[in-house]
Amino acid sequence: MKFWPEQSPLFPERATEIAREVDAIYFFGLGIATIFSLLIAVLVVYFAVRYRRRHPDEVGEREQAPAWLELVWSIIPLGILLVMFAWGADVFFKARRAPADAVEYYVTGKQWMWKFQHPQGAREINDLHVPVGVPVKLIMTSEDVIHSFWVPEFRVKMDVLPGRYTTLWFEVDRPGIYRIFCNEYCGVEHSLMRGSVIAMEPADYEEWLGGGQPLTALTRTGEQVFAEKTCNTCHKDEAAALGPSLTGLFGTEREFQDGSRTIADENYIRQSILEPRAHLVMGYQALMPTFQGQVDEEELTLLINYIKSLQD
Amino acid sequence: MSELANNFGRRLHYLNADYGVKSWLLTRDHKRIALLYLASISLFFALGGLMAVGIRLELATPGADLVQPDTYNRLFTMHGVLMIFLFLIPSIPATLGNFLIPLMIGAKDLAFPKVNLASWYVYNIAGLFTLWAVAQGGVDTGWTFYTPYSTTYSNSYVVATALGVFTVGFSSIMTAVNFIVTIHRMRAPGLTWFRLPLFVWAHYATSLVIILGTPVVAVTILMVAAERILRIGIFDPALGGDPVLFQHLFWFYSHPAVYIMILPSMGVISELITAFTRKRIFGYKFIAFASVSIAVLGFLVWGHHMFLSSQSVYAGAVFSVLSMLVAVPSAIKVFNWTATLYKGSVSWDTPMLYALGFIGLFTIGGLTGVMLATLGIDIHVHDTYFVVAHFHYVMVGGAIMGYLGGLHFWWPKITGRLYPVFWSKFSAIVIFVGFNLTFFPQFLLGYLGMPRRYHVYPADFQVLNVMSSAGATILGVGYLIPLFYFFWSMRYGERADRNPWGAIGLEWMTGSPPPTHNFHEPPTVDWDAYAYLPDTPGGTGEAWDAAKPTSEAPEHG
Ligand code: HEC
Ligand code: HEM
Ligand SMILES: [Cu+2]
Ligand SMILES: [Cu+2]
Repeated sequence: MKFWPEQSPLFPERATEIAREVDAIYFFGLGIATIFSLLIAVLVVYFAVRYRRRHPDEVGEREQAPAWLELVWSIIPLGILLVMFAWGADVFFKARRAPADAVEYYVTGKQWMWKFQHPQGAREINDLHVPVGVPVKLIMTSEDVIHSFWVPEFRVKMDVLPGRYTTLWFEVDRPGIYRIFCNEYCGVEHSLMRGSVIAMEPADYEEWLGGGQPLTALTRTGEQVFAEKTCNTCHKDEAAALGPSLTGLFGTEREFQDGSRTIADENYIRQSILEPRAHLVMGYQALMPTFQGQVDEEELTLLINYIKSLQD
Repeated sequence: MSELANNFGRRLHYLNADYGVKSWLLTRDHKRIALLYLASISLFFALGGLMAVGIRLELATPGADLVQPDTYNRLFTMHGVLMIFLFLIPSIPATLGNFLIPLMIGAKDLAFPKVNLASWYVYNIAGLFTLWAVAQGGVDTGWTFYTPYSTTYSNSYVVATALGVFTVGFSSIMTAVNFIVTIHRMRAPGLTWFRLPLFVWAHYATSLVIILGTPVVAVTILMVAAERILRIGIFDPALGGDPVLFQHLFWFYSHPAVYIMILPSMGVISELITAFTRKRIFGYKFIAFASVSIAVLGFLVWGHHMFLSSQSVYAGAVFSVLSMLVAVPSAIKVFNWTATLYKGSVSWDTPMLYALGFIGLFTIGGLTGVMLATLGIDIHVHDTYFVVAHFHYVMVGGAIMGYLGGLHFWWPKITGRLYPVFWSKFSAIVIFVGFNLTFFPQFLLGYLGMPRRYHVYPADFQVLNVMSSAGATILGVGYLIPLFYFFWSMRYGERADRNPWGAIGLEWMTGSPPPTHNFHEPPTVDWDAYAYLPDTPGGTGEAWDAAKPTSEAPEHG
């Protein structure tokens, strides 16, 4: 995969493996587009000159291009288009599915800033420090309108929505500072909703973490919120508890009273807290009150993270 | 002769049949209504263009030096709203379509002349609503009105603008119904479906899309208003709604709407290419069915605007492959037009310059659309200047080039006057050059990392932005020149005869300008469309004998 230069004024630097894959299909698409545009342009100009009108009452010749051409120019483009589709889908699936061992960071977008939370608990605004060579997964939500998280050097972007989580992952392969842009129009200061990903060697990253903000372990605060919001009155590891035990919940398949099933991921837990009536877990009653309006995005993140940490 | 001439002994036609404001404002003549529309949409085109000037001026430098961010956001929003809903969607159908469909099929008028007039009033009411919203301070949501920004967070005149968009939809629907009924019921004897000019097919397909799609956007707008005013939770998660639902509804209409904008233009191009090669179009049925299949497939691809909206990757894959399919009929059309040039008698008159420009620019627009529909590329370029460049290539390089080409082609028919050859060719070239300079750099900008709807941007994007702003200046000049010579020609232009281009088509067999009822004797048709050869199938040579520039055939009109 070394047909093209690493640096050029025509595309941003490539700082991830996905960036190389996106560029490869982009150049393929660009090649196809160039070939076909030139083909059409050359034919149009050639015919326009070669067959230009010579008398005012001249008529076009009887002879037409052969009719089988219709088939040729339906089938060949279709073939090429399907190749583009398949290749593009392959790259996209890779870019969207984080590896299982990815380290999870929480991102909250809000008019007009980015808030980040490291797995170790450190928090930052607009700057996100990450180690290179480690797959990083961002679990993102918004406090207000839709935003979109984009780092051109990584060639990945994803919308950031209120009321649900979306994810995005990357593995930076060289230290550097990469610009974050908000890519979905979000109001007055949309174009200033920027930030940076600061990729560091793992050792430097550890040092930065240690030397930086005080380490409030995320899991402990999550536990506090869990108690403050009285979740623990119903959710405890006792047979007589009103609500189901949440230990080992994350990632398992849940079965509901209407017969439907789903995997317990971040969005599921979020919904369980905000709209408990949406799904009733098998064997329990609709006792859980809604916490809509009583927990904010940050507390939600803490709660979800806490529940995720409850593994046996 | 008396019924054919007015009091001054001049030939009587739709323009001089009657005078006075009332004769225009209450007219039921499709030709006059077309001109009323032409005036209205030109106004909105000019306003939208002024806003574009503001945008490009601001973007000439990376900082915020011309306008406040809030003002900038209102500028690009109003630019999009005016250009799409009040100019591009009605552009060709309401003017050229209105004027030509009855002429092309040998009818006296559209099926429902009063509905036609009413549609123009509805259009203007919608326009006034929108102008009122602009005067109040405008709207800042982007033409896409994404929720919950539009329903909860925006401090601008969302509902007023949305009502304008809502209302203008009714005028589109009225026009579309009129076209469908007219095309079904009022074709001249002998004018079978496969003898129709492709312009008529294109409008038929467009009308179907308008009728099926517009109600969806109307309902969506009402929901936005309900949430914004009554706080009924539909889209805002804080009220229990789903913001992505809005995007589904919006694009379910707005993707087909892009075909509402391009299909009529493709119809114009088919007419121009045949007239200026004097040749039967290559693959008539392929082009006709391509229009219809674009109209149908166009309803199945809306999700390609939402690949990164949190829709599942599988849904993304389905929408991606369907978008690839919709590109095939577009490709077929481009190839067929090109093949028609082969061994044609290609003239380089002004309308043809526009047509050839269209082919090139639409090809680039379509191919970059294919790139956007490729998931692995869209993940990087979604919502960047790459997308902005793509849709301007199809909408400005495609749809507006077709519109201007059509206007130049039928201007002698509409006004009975010719415009200056030199200036018209000159401006066509200026527009082509200016357009490419404006929008080509935006492809590069987008890939390099410039998101769309940015008021200020990092300094490393400036060179390309300056190129774009410079191009826009040239493009603007290119658009102004026709404005001058069209007005000039109405008074001073050389008189056009019945058929100045030597083109075949019923509209060219009646006078320029046509009489109020289009034809003095109802025509019958026994030739295929574009039957330039004396013995074309179905033809007897009569069509070309009547059309050819040297012919002495008597005036029908
Ligand atoms: C009044 C008792 C009660 C309280 C307080 C309560 N819950 Fe629940 N919760 C339940 C019950 C009962 C269910 C099962 C029925 C259902 O699905 O609604 C449940 C279900 C859940 C589930 C889905 C579990 C599964 O097995 O799929 C999650 C997650 C959850 N609760 C989290 C919380 C959190 C976090 C809080 C505190 C903010 C909380 N609950 C407070 C009673 C409670
Ligand atoms: C060849 C067929 C086409 C394909 C495959 C195609 C594909 C696409 C895709 C995938 C997008 C979304 C890009 C993104 O937001 O990431 C897009 C955007 C757009 N396209 Fe096309 N397109 C085609 C033709 C057209 C035509 C003919 C028009 C109009 C005349 C058009 C107008 C638009 C507009 C207006 C947008 C941007 C909407 C917005 O976000 O504001 N496209 N196109
Ligand atoms: Cu933003
Ligand atoms: Cu689309």
